Amino acid sequence: MHSVRKQRLYLVLFVVLFSSVAIGLVTYALRGNINLFYPPVQVAEGKAPIGQSIRVGGMVERNSLQRAADSLQVSFMLTDYQASVPVVYVGILPDLFGEEQGAVASGVLDSDGVLQATEILAKHDENYMPPEVAYALENSGYDKKGNTK
Amino acid sequence: MVSRLKLFLPLILFAMLAITLFRGLSLDPREMPSALIDRPFPAFSLPRLNGTGLLSQADLKGQVSLLNVWATWCVACRVEHPYLKQLAQKGIPVFGLNYKDNDADAQRWLEELGDPYRFNIADHDGTLGLDLGVYGAPETYLVDAAGVIRYRHAGVLDQRVWDAVFQPLYQTLMAESGDQ
Amino acid sequence: MIPEIGHFALIIAFCLTLMLATVPAWGAWRGNATAMALAPTLAVGILVFVGISFACLASAFLQDDFSVSLVASHSNSLLPPIYKFAAVWGNHEGSLMLWALILALWTAAVALFSPQLPLLVLSRVLSVMGAIGVGFLSFSLATSNPFARLLPATPADGGDLNPLLQDPGLIIHPPLLYMGYVGFSVSFAFAIAALLGGRLDASWARWSRPWTNIAWGFLSLGIMLGSWWAYYELGWGGWWFWDPVENASFMPWLAGTALIHSLAATDKRGLFKSWTVLLAIFAFSLSLLGTFLVRSGVLTSVHAFATDPARGMFILVFLALVVGGSLTLYAFRAPAVSSRVTFAWVSRESLLLCNNVVFLVATLTVLFGTLFPLIVDALGMGKVSVGPPYFNAVFVPLMVLLVPFMGIGPVSRWKRDDVARWRSELMIPAAVAVACGFTFPLLNAPYNIWVALAVLLSSWLLLGLAQDVLRKLRNASSAARGLRRLTPGYCGMLIAHLGFAACVIGVVATSQYSLERDLRMSPGDTQELAGYQFQFVEVTQVRGPNFIADEARIVVSRDGAIVASLLPQKRRYLAGGSVMTEAAIAPGLFRDLYVAMGEPIGSDGAWAMRLHYKPLVRWMWLGAIFMAVGAFTSVFDKRYRRQRDVVPSVNKAALHGV
Repeated sequence: MHSVRKQRLYLVLFVVLFSSVAIGLVTYALRGNINLFYPPVQVAEGKAPIGQSIRVGGMVERNSLQRAADSLQVSFMLTDYQASVPVVYVGILPDLFGEEQGAVASGVLDSDGVLQATEILAKHDENYMPPEVAYALENSGYDKKGNTK
Repeated sequence: MVSRLKLFLPLILFAMLAITLFRGLSLDPREMPSALIDRPFPAFSLPRLNGTGLLSQADLKGQVSLLNVWATWCVACRVEHPYLKQLAQKGIPVFGLNYKDNDADAQRWLEELGDPYRFNIADHDGTLGLDLGVYGAPETYLVDAAGVIRYRHAGVLDQRVWDAVFQPLYQTLMAESGDQ
Repeated sequence: MIPEIGHFALIIAFCLTLMLATVPAWGAWRGNATAMALAPTLAVGILVFVGISFACLASAFLQDDFSVSLVASHSNSLLPPIYKFAAVWGNHEGSLMLWALILALWTAAVALFSPQLPLLVLSRVLSVMGAIGVGFLSFSLATSNPFARLLPATPADGGDLNPLLQDPGLIIHPPLLYMGYVGFSVSFAFAIAALLGGRLDASWARWSRPWTNIAWGFLSLGIMLGSWWAYYELGWGGWWFWDPVENASFMPWLAGTALIHSLAATDKRGLFKSWTVLLAIFAFSLSLLGTFLVRSGVLTSVHAFATDPARGMFILVFLALVVGGSLTLYAFRAPAVSSRVTFAWVSRESLLLCNNVVFLVATLTVLFGTLFPLIVDALGMGKVSVGPPYFNAVFVPLMVLLVPFMGIGPVSRWKRDDVARWRSELMIPAAVAVACGFTFPLLNAPYNIWVALAVLLSSWLLLGLAQDVLRKLRNASSAARGLRRLTPGYCGMLIAHLGFAACVIGVVATSQYSLERDLRMSPGDTQELAGYQFQFVEVTQVRGPNFIADEARIVVSRDGAIVASLLPQKRRYLAGGSVMTEAAIAPGLFRDLYVAMGEPIGSDGAWAMRLHYKPLVRWMWLGAIFMAVGAFTSVFDKRYRRQRDVVPSVNKAALHGV
């Protein structure tokens, strides 16, 4: 075979081999590391998997935020006004976190239906609401202040 | 020939990417069509903000108008407010729906920042908001002379939104009502 | 009045870009020297008018002209002047103006500093850049006019700049980042000009190389500053989040890294020509894609600008035109410029090829991870997010794969090398690197396999470089003469690779050895972290120019000696009422101590506090600075200037005759 041809062939083989390794790596990494988003109502209906990393977004329910006196544990309810999910988190909350504000919690749902959060995201500025929260609320048919009627 | 086709590969991949991005644009999470478009404004009977008597859907009829949902707790409404005043000065009828608010706060707001509204419906409990499917403040509805909702905009109404969407619709509706 | 002048200047600049995009290109096509010679003048004219326009916008900000809508919503009379100036680009419209200004700068720079370029090539390059300018200026004028007025309802005061952006880092981060992004438009323009001309020889690579290196250096600095800003300003001690916006700047960097290495092979050996052209197109396309992702709202991110589908559509169409157009051109013209040069498998060329494949795959995996949520959403399969674990799982093995080859690179020879020679050259570095890898981490705290690997790889890299320098010096008659004989190009490579090694160590050591504790602390409490005692002394109220804050005083000591007094703040900004955590950091070459305040707990004045111990965290930023310095150094290489004397003076005459 012509040497240029031969070199091309090796080159193609190398690229194919390398990219299949890369694709394998990507699929492997994706399998364990994507977090699906669930609105609270779906969590309440039992549609969210237990023991897997998920994200839940909604509004922080009024009067639901509780702080432990001796540690940094906080608990609150995330709601889309159809259902609420209790969330427990240990650590410092973001600056713009507050009751009746939108928030997204990512973590693992335990067997009691409590979301053990490892990360809390709150809205970034006053005019911004996490789109997932908007999505959850839109699906629940309630406005962002929530109507308890 | 095959080697020539190979050179088109980046182009084809990019075309696929561009289609995905295009789909992504149309999936804008903020866009929410209202279920009430082309339906009559829902019936209500609510007090006038700092006035006497009750307002109802009949009060919105008679002209093409804007119904703006606002509240003093809403930061974006403050951003929007100057533009509403501009619209009102141009003679466009703007009605307010003071949403889940406190009358005294709302009154102070209007005194400080100016009052672009012909009147304000005081929706303390958000009942009308619920019927309208209000997602948050600010929102603005375009209501025609017969009291039918023709367009809904969630978010701040500014010059750009007005020019792009409201202005053409408003003109058409004005022409329609002129014909009748 | 000033905003109207600015708007008018912007319109004139737009007309000039239209002319630049068409007239010289037409001249190049028809062989009309007069039309071609117009290009540099137009380029300078564009810079002047975009400059005027930008100055007008800046003066509106500095003078608190709240009748301008942009100023009213993004600035405030209480804002310190320097932040008023930075606020110009702290928003979508203004940052687009900055983008346009930098594009004009690059275009004018190409026009002024390329006397060695044949007029034909220069006019094509400038025309392509003019076409990009048309895109951005029309975007600005049509959808994002920064000069829109709020008349007659002028507010008394503005809505304030987002407090997160009120920071020295933000004053320089976007300009540097854009210098990088937009700088790739020069490489892109050179590539397109070469495709148009059908002459893709080594001189093309030589012309394009210094520009690409400068752009890459700026992009490195920009990304580094962004990471540094996130580290101290977001208040969580994280320095890289694999956030879509960060990825948007990182992807062009990865593609650009592949490009500068591929350009080296094209320049020195005339190899990989069509591949290099493709990479140049990729690097700039990814810059544009980044712009699209940040401004269109298809992906959510903490850094995203206020989103707007109409703007997104504009950029998407522009992206489709630029990328689709250039890839079509590539598909038709690339065979005409493909190379027929061979090289042996054991050679520097194949090592550079490895670099290219690794960086391209890295780019694509980051691209895929960034767009995956969008793809899933488009297919209607729910809303997912792809988090840092994915990126780490993919990115780390790729980099581990890269470094062994990187160590051989400098030692290797072009065209054909010998494995036996590599073995003899690199035997000692390899042995020492392995020894370092096994012993060095033992000096510090617990043995950690990742740190050991990082030390192994970086010392392999360093020793390979040292070996090569030594060999070069040994061949010279004296060390001083040998040092003098090292070209700026070689020194640049040396510095940049050193920077990369420092970066690897910094990233791995910080990720593995960082300690972090969230604690409840009352005044008087002392907590220990990594051998340091953090004593919470008191909280006081302080007042800044546009905020009030609770300021804690924390005295850090070690073995009884006071190391630092840290003053973290919890700020409340007066204009918007937003609350911000301002972390306090005691920086050091070997460790950072970092304290951020959470919220007050209970009634006895206790606060939630976050304490961090971050070893070697500065190394990765220093590494990035080294990389940039290396890139800038290489530009001074004589080989990029020597041609000036070779090129016939006809072109010069044509240029100066304008």
